[in-house]
Amino acid sequence: MSDVFLNGKFLGTTEDPKEIVEEVREGRREGKIPKEFNVRHNKDEDNIQINTDTGRVRRPLVIVEDGDPKLKDKHIEKIDEGEMGWNDLINEGIIEWIDAAEEEDLLVATTEEEVTEKHTHMEIHPASILGINASLIPFPEYNRGDRISYGAKMIGQTLGFYSANYPLRADTKSNLLAYSQTPLVTTQAEEATELNKHPAGQNVVVALLSYKGFNIEDALIMNQKSVERGFGRSYFFRTYDAEKKRYSGGQEDEIKIPEKDVRGYRSEEAYSQLAEDGIVPPEVEVEGNDVIVGKTSPLRFMGTGDFVTGIQNRRETSITVRHGEGGVADKVLLSENEDGNKLVKVTLREQRIPELGDKFATRYGQKGVLGLLEKEENLPFTKDGITPDVILNPHAIPSRQTVGQMLEVLAGKTGALEGKKVDGTAFTGKTNEDFKDKLKELGFRSDGKEVLYNGETGEKMEAEIFQGIVYYEKLEHMVSNKIHARSRGPVTLLTKQPTEGRAKEGGLRLGEMEKDCFIAHGASMTLKERFSSDEVTLPVCKKCGIIADEDEKTGKAMCPMCKESDVEEVPMSYAFKLLLDELKSMVIYPKLEVEEAV
Amino acid sequence: MDYKKMVDKLEEELPEKVRNRLKERMEEEDLNKEEAQKLIKNTKESYKKARFEAGEAFGVVAAQSISEPATQMTMRTYHVAGSAQGVEITQGLPRLIEVVDARKTIKTPSMDVYLEDDFNNEDGAKEVAKNIKETKMGDVASEDRVDLLNLSIEIDVNSKKLEGMDLDLEDVVGKLNKGRRKYEAEIEGEAIKIEPKDEDISVRELQRMKNKVMGKHLKGIKGISQAVVTEKKGSWMIQTLGTNLKKVLGVEGVDPTKTVSGDPREMQKVFGIEAYRNTILKEGHKTIKEQGLDVDIRHMMLVADMMTTDGEIKAIGRYGVAGEKGSVLARASFEVTVRHLTEASIKGETDELNSTVENVIINQTVPVGTGMYEVSYEPKK
Repeated sequence: MSDVFLNGKFLGTTEDPKEIVEEVREGRREGKIPKEFNVRHNKDEDNIQINTDTGRVRRPLVIVEDGDPKLKDKHIEKIDEGEMGWNDLINEGIIEWIDAAEEEDLLVATTEEEVTEKHTHMEIHPASILGINASLIPFPEYNRGDRISYGAKMIGQTLGFYSANYPLRADTKSNLLAYSQTPLVTTQAEEATELNKHPAGQNVVVALLSYKGFNIEDALIMNQKSVERGFGRSYFFRTYDAEKKRYSGGQEDEIKIPEKDVRGYRSEEAYSQLAEDGIVPPEVEVEGNDVIVGKTSPLRFMGTGDFVTGIQNRRETSITVRHGEGGVADKVLLSENEDGNKLVKVTLREQRIPELGDKFATRYGQKGVLGLLEKEENLPFTKDGITPDVILNPHAIPSRQTVGQMLEVLAGKTGALEGKKVDGTAFTGKTNEDFKDKLKELGFRSDGKEVLYNGETGEKMEAEIFQGIVYYEKLEHMVSNKIHARSRGPVTLLTKQPTEGRAKEGGLRLGEMEKDCFIAHGASMTLKERFSSDEVTLPVCKKCGIIADEDEKTGKAMCPMCKESDVEEVPMSYAFKLLLDELKSMVIYPKLEVEEAV
Repeated sequence: MDYKKMVDKLEEELPEKVRNRLKERMEEEDLNKEEAQKLIKNTKESYKKARFEAGEAFGVVAAQSISEPATQMTMRTYHVAGSAQGVEITQGLPRLIEVVDARKTIKTPSMDVYLEDDFNNEDGAKEVAKNIKETKMGDVASEDRVDLLNLSIEIDVNSKKLEGMDLDLEDVVGKLNKGRRKYEAEIEGEAIKIEPKDEDISVRELQRMKNKVMGKHLKGIKGISQAVVTEKKGSWMIQTLGTNLKKVLGVEGVDPTKTVSGDPREMQKVFGIEAYRNTILKEGHKTIKEQGLDVDIRHMMLVADMMTTDGEIKAIGRYGVAGEKGSVLARASFEVTVRHLTEASIKGETDELNSTVENVIINQTVPVGTGMYEVSYEPKK
């Protein structure tokens, strides 16, 4: 007696679970039952699970009956001729969608040769074991698995032509690679995912060579000229929003160049880029901290004494360019939001030319940062005058065993010379032998090596250098997003200590362990200086040991407890003053015993 | 030349070890008076230089010197399979923490048993090991049966094992029949038969009795489950798993002047606080050294001294050294802030601002190194 569950709900029982499962499957294949049905007989718990609901991951498999796959050559011919499509294959019961539960009962062959009587299904292609990103990597079967994982992860970070309508979009943050190319060495998945329509990388000549030591520790050396020709060039877009909010009492924000008597008025220069309407016009260059939308708001609390007659009682709330960013106003969008308020969106565009420290990668998890931009005339060249675009350090290869990349060099080279794309889909059985003869025919060495000449001396290099075409990706980690330094800058209100983080122009923390190092060196004075960021000098009552109040007008200090002004000026960290205040707020009396300074 | 007289004058300036070495060298080189005095002068200067200067934060230096390698140990504490010929002792970071935390019970207590000269050979060591290792009835039994018909227990004894233990069946029965018990053991052929005194015993009771008999102590010292004989440079010793230092010291052939326990608390109970200090020192340093790291023993000395200065054991941490700091602010900045602040305000404690942490908090110069003195004065010579 087996229980039957439909979408997890108990439906009934059956004496013959096998028959039910068979019947559902038959019905699904014949089209009597919707193809979203998936059925499984769980032998351990002796129940039947039928699932039809949403949210299941399903994948298509070719049906095998009596050791014979239903997908025949005639079908493939018809597909090639365009007479048959995907839906026909499913409707005719050749391919079916299987979910994770149903898969448990099946025996799936990876290739046609593997099929036996026992098999119930067959993979459409053995490469379907890979995910979307991993299947974009050519020759993955020649690499260590972890490298494929890294490579697949980095594909997600590449800059590319992410959308054809990017000029119309107002994404908060987006990157666009200039002159993106489809890879010369590709996979079938690239076409299937239509990545060839919005590629994310460029094919470049890579030499495997140690050069002046600037490509140490996975760094790359790039040809200055190739960068000038557009290699690795990208655009960074950021959209800023400004909303004309309405407040109680009929007041509202104003979008215009603020008047000079507005509270928090910036310098006149800060508003110089604005047009008459208070918004930057397109194609105007702006820098960090420039105003791009001039805006004023009413005061926060009306009638609390803040209000002064005769001047504008408004405060400055303009939208400014982020610190450290800049660029050109790409587009300005005027609209209205759901509350009916006026909405201004300004998109800035910034050109990003590869600079030292930008991150690049191949599809095999071989990532590195730019270490040197070398003049083309100083780079090694071949007898045909070809200079590499990228020089990759050979130390990157042996320990990581990315043989696939070596194959890509060979395949890329033949592809470039023949003017054809090369298929590198997983498990298609291609080897380096496939490229050897072609390379020879095309007038190159069959092992992909070339004789190079030193660009600086013109001497022939002693070793032949492995050189060819590799698809390079520019990753979204660029130095201009990360560079950060500060001497003086903003502090937090509560503690008077420097702010934290790059976005807030923060300081670099000297932490607990760093502090210990100063102590260990006996550098007491240096330590005091480093921690003086929040130092204040406060009057402390000699009698009560409590911080005295300072009269703003006379500048005289008065103890709030004994009403006397017998005080001593004591330097201390503001954080300590805060601790004293907090103790006082909890009815603890922290008394400072002060002496006159020597 | 009376070197001895010259050296003895230095009693207040140089430690004994240095003085002895100085005298030895003088005698070896047969120095004249001028040379000898020059050597003494140089030695005094070198000794002065080798010492910490006033204001040097050697506590922080010791802490850093131990904890930096310890962070590496976290990543590398691996398990050495079958090391030390069978005795597996906690190693690496867990062991180091156990030592400086002054744990009451340690994970794998063990002893290093050294032997007296007469026993310092393979046979002697094996003999002593045999006497130390605890043997239970179950260790010599090859098979046991519960006779449900006659309500009795039969135990077959592995005669080889028995012989190895220098026991015979009669000894075993004798041991089994010692003290208060609910059964009577007797020899029956090659086996031992155990008859319960209570004739109406239930089968369950009988099973329980069997387990009890199997656990009966036959020979050796209680608590020592393993004793492994090892040789190092011609000298034999026994490593044990499980400790019972007091009893082991009394066993014939054991050298009580050298034998130690790996459990510092046990060392303290048997030999006193100085032995405890030395155990901390030795075990701590050994643990770090085993991991291939090099830490100067004087850093461990400071730790061991901090833990034992009072004559009582103090752990490193909240419940020991750090919890007994004089400064309220220093205690509050290290774990359980609120408790220390409340207690200090109830008692009305005063913080004299004598140490480092509290001065960092209020941003004053730390009384260390350059911040040690406010005014310095060098008197004319």
